[in-house]
Amino acid sequence: MNTIVEARALAPDVCYFRIEAPKIARRRQAGQFVIVRVEDDGERIPLTIADSDAEEGWIALAVQAVGHTTTVMNRLQTGDHLVDMVGPLGEPSEIEQFGTVAVVGGGLGTAIAYPVAKALSDAGNSVISIIGGRSTPYVIFEDEMRECSDEIHPCTDDGSHGFHGLVTTKLDEVMARRQVDRVICAGPIPMMRAVAETTRPHGIPTIASLNPIMVDGTGMCGGCRVSVGGESKFACVDGPEFDAHKVDFELLSRRNRAYLEWETEHNRSVS
Amino acid sequence: MTELTKRERMKLPPTEMPERDAAERARGFMEVNFGYDPDLAVTEAQRCLLCARPTCVDGCPVGVQIRDFMGHVAMREFTEAAEVIGVDNSLPAVCGRVCAQEVQCEGSCVLDKKGKPIHIGHLERFVADFVREHSPLEPTPNAPSTGKRVAVVGSGPAGLACASDLITMGHEVTVFEALHELGGVLVYGIPEFRLPKDIVRSEIDGLADRGVEFRTNTVIGSLDTLDDLLTEEGYDAVFIGVGAGLPKFLDVPGENLIGVYSANEFLTRINLMKAYSDKAQTPILDMHGKNVVVFGGGNTAMDAVRTAVRLGAARASIAYRRTMEEMPARVEEVHHAQAEGVVFDNLVSPVELLGNDESRLTGVRLQRMELGEPGDDGRRRPQPIEGEIFDQPADVVVIAIGNVPNPLLLRTTPDLDRTKWGTLVADSATGRTSKKGVFGGGDIVTGGATVILAMGAGRRAAKSIDEFLATGEW
Ligand SMILES: Cc1cc2nc3c(=O)[nH]c(=O)nc-3n(C[C@H](O)[C@H](O)[C@H](O)COP(=O)(O)OP(=O)(O)OC[C@H]3O[C@@H](n4cnc5c(N)ncnc54)[C@H](O)[C@@H]3O)c2cc1C
Ligand SMILES: Cc1cc2nc3c(=O)[nH]c(=O)nc-3n(C[C@H](O)[C@H](O)[C@H](O)COP(=O)(O)OP(=O)(O)OC[C@H]3O[C@@H](n4cnc5c(N)ncnc54)[C@H](O)[C@@H]3O)c2cc1C
Ligand code: SF4
Ligand code: SF4
Ligand code: FES
Repeated sequence: MNTIVEARALAPDVCYFRIEAPKIARRRQAGQFVIVRVEDDGERIPLTIADSDAEEGWIALAVQAVGHTTTVMNRLQTGDHLVDMVGPLGEPSEIEQFGTVAVVGGGLGTAIAYPVAKALSDAGNSVISIIGGRSTPYVIFEDEMRECSDEIHPCTDDGSHGFHGLVTTKLDEVMARRQVDRVICAGPIPMMRAVAETTRPHGIPTIASLNPIMVDGTGMCGGCRVSVGGESKFACVDGPEFDAHKVDFELLSRRNRAYLEWETEHNRSVS
Repeated sequence: MTELTKRERMKLPPTEMPERDAAERARGFMEVNFGYDPDLAVTEAQRCLLCARPTCVDGCPVGVQIRDFMGHVAMREFTEAAEVIGVDNSLPAVCGRVCAQEVQCEGSCVLDKKGKPIHIGHLERFVADFVREHSPLEPTPNAPSTGKRVAVVGSGPAGLACASDLITMGHEVTVFEALHELGGVLVYGIPEFRLPKDIVRSEIDGLADRGVEFRTNTVIGSLDTLDDLLTEEGYDAVFIGVGAGLPKFLDVPGENLIGVYSANEFLTRINLMKAYSDKAQTPILDMHGKNVVVFGGGNTAMDAVRTAVRLGAARASIAYRRTMEEMPARVEEVHHAQAEGVVFDNLVSPVELLGNDESRLTGVRLQRMELGEPGDDGRRRPQPIEGEIFDQPADVVVIAIGNVPNPLLLRTTPDLDRTKWGTLVADSATGRTSKKGVFGGGDIVTGGATVILAMGAGRRAAKSIDEFLATGEW
């Protein structure tokens, strides 16, 4: 169960896994995630289903090592198993014929945005993808994104690849040139917030894929609650995608740092 | 053994439950009650008057034949006692520990009026533990296979009890559970110090040995829908026992501050994810020397506040809208909490949760309440005393004011009738829902209730599932 059929590095600290999961592969829709555990007594962590193949029976996950569990996961090799995997969880993305959709991914966020871009393209939308990274090796899923995009704009902070600058600068440039009917973004919180501010004056519907800390992922604990338009929502069952113009990003970013102290202490005492 | 007269029996003092010292237990997660030994159990059972009309039985929601099992315990016939209990209760080791005996069996015992009811719960627990450890009962052999397949969704007490009866009746049973561990609230909610997880584990192992198939990490409604189970997956009937797992929040400003937990999150981090252990990877906020305020007055609130004590809180308090008398928690838990140093702040209601500029909780703003006229439920309604609002420091708040049904499954099954509270509509005698072949029971039907009621509902549903499978009639 949960056998890793392929594990490879994608970028510094980012690994790509294909995992045998025939049933999830058949059921999952764009925007959904799984929760995995990678060791006994381990934490349950949410990871977006980046891709899948129903015939071959696998799903793909892209994992960025940011703390203990993701670091342990990224040491796993082809043939290893995940201890637990449950899914698909979360509300699927809203996929309709919107017209032209700009999909903005930052760093690992490109892997999270990719399935949505693909589904939007399959539904007949014209997809413009803007994918950022610190420098060349950090821009991921470029080939996959190109496949489903009319236009693709890699952006790097150091100018080593594609556009030299922020994804939001590129987004501004695109919006000036073409009518954009909808924007989807996934990536670091400051980036998603900047995207929301970029589109707000134009009144373009903008969707962000949020990544609060989760425990069960089934609506049972409320730990994943986020504030959207002043209302508390459970990201695991009401989301993870929400109207970016209404999300309280500041609170999300603070809540995600709630256990920083614990992690520093604990990881020191465990290792 | 010499027979005691009724008069002699009435003179015997109740046998108290030996328990771990309060100071010691407040530091760990070991079970608080040690349990009776055989001699204590016999002594306590000898107090039973073996009433011709045992009123205690009326108080038990599943009608355990209490008088009959008391007679066996008094004669040291523990196996026979276990057999009697087993006819009505498939989880006696659990119920003996967690039932609200004071309002159920013990509250209906004739000796209750004298303030000395038989400790039925302690004895039920003793019998179950003794037999499990010394001479496990041979399970009733499964009836010859009927070739019918039943899916049980949810592995809480409702699902486990239903699965147990169905497998005995000769049906094939698969239990689907969303989490990575089986047992529902028994494992993620009720703490180890009240219900050791080994006991739940051994019940589940017993079911697995008898042929029940368990599938963890399976959310019905997203991986398979209910309809998929009945069509593609080929199940002939489905029992829904998914509980009422969605936590209610207070609906006051500040409840998303860091430091504010639902009881479900707090208890899940500790019980299911073992955050108290150094080896576990799931974090919990540091409580050492901190102020922890728990809102609520039920069992969940007591579990949360006593857990906070064990995590080192300097002050762990219950903030409750009414008074000790109205508190719905088991009396024993309230006593244990008091002995462990929990502070009870009654007649207060939260107005706001206060935080600093890093969005961390720093305190609670409370409204002083008084009891007014009785409301619809007959309980006196708490009402605010004008102008009496005050602040209290708090580093962690746990909200334990109840749960509502989780919509995950029902949302994906539109043809199942539900009430305006989101609970599943199911006949209380048969568990039948509005959809052919689909039955339900436990908290998903009643809203948050009790282990014994969930268990009873699971068993009644098993019986009517059996009838449905035999006749095909709806
Ligand atoms: C719906 C959803 C989908 C996600 N999809 C992916 C994915 O496809 N790939 C991927 O690599 N990650 C994804 N994440 C984030 C991932 O779950 C976290 O990075 C992971 O839980 C961190 O665990 P850890 O033990 O390695 O780090 P921890 O030791 O728990 O944390 C390390 C640091 O990361 C921060 N952090 C903690 N939790 C999160 C979080 N949920 N998101 C962002 N930062 C966090 C903390 O502030 C901390 O400083 C997703 C999160 C959500 C909610
Ligand atoms: C902290 C706490 C303390 C309590 N203390 C007591 C006590 O002392 N005495 C007492 O009698 N009662 C107590 N109760 C109440 C009692 O635990 C519940 O009434 C009882 O567990 C309900 O049983 P159930 O089988 O209906 O549901 P649950 O025990 O809630 O089990 C439901 C299971 O279904 C699973 N599930 C949900 N949705 C899905 C899905 N879509 N697919 C698959 N699986 C799913 C859940 O993960 C869960 O494991 C307490 C409750 C809590 C929370
Ligand atoms: S099941 Fe509960 S109420 Fe019934 S006899 Fe046992 S302890 Fe009492
Ligand atoms: S009512 Fe009390 S004394 Fe009478 S049979 Fe029941 S437990 Fe014994
Ligand atoms: S993760 Fe527990 S409710 Fe969302």
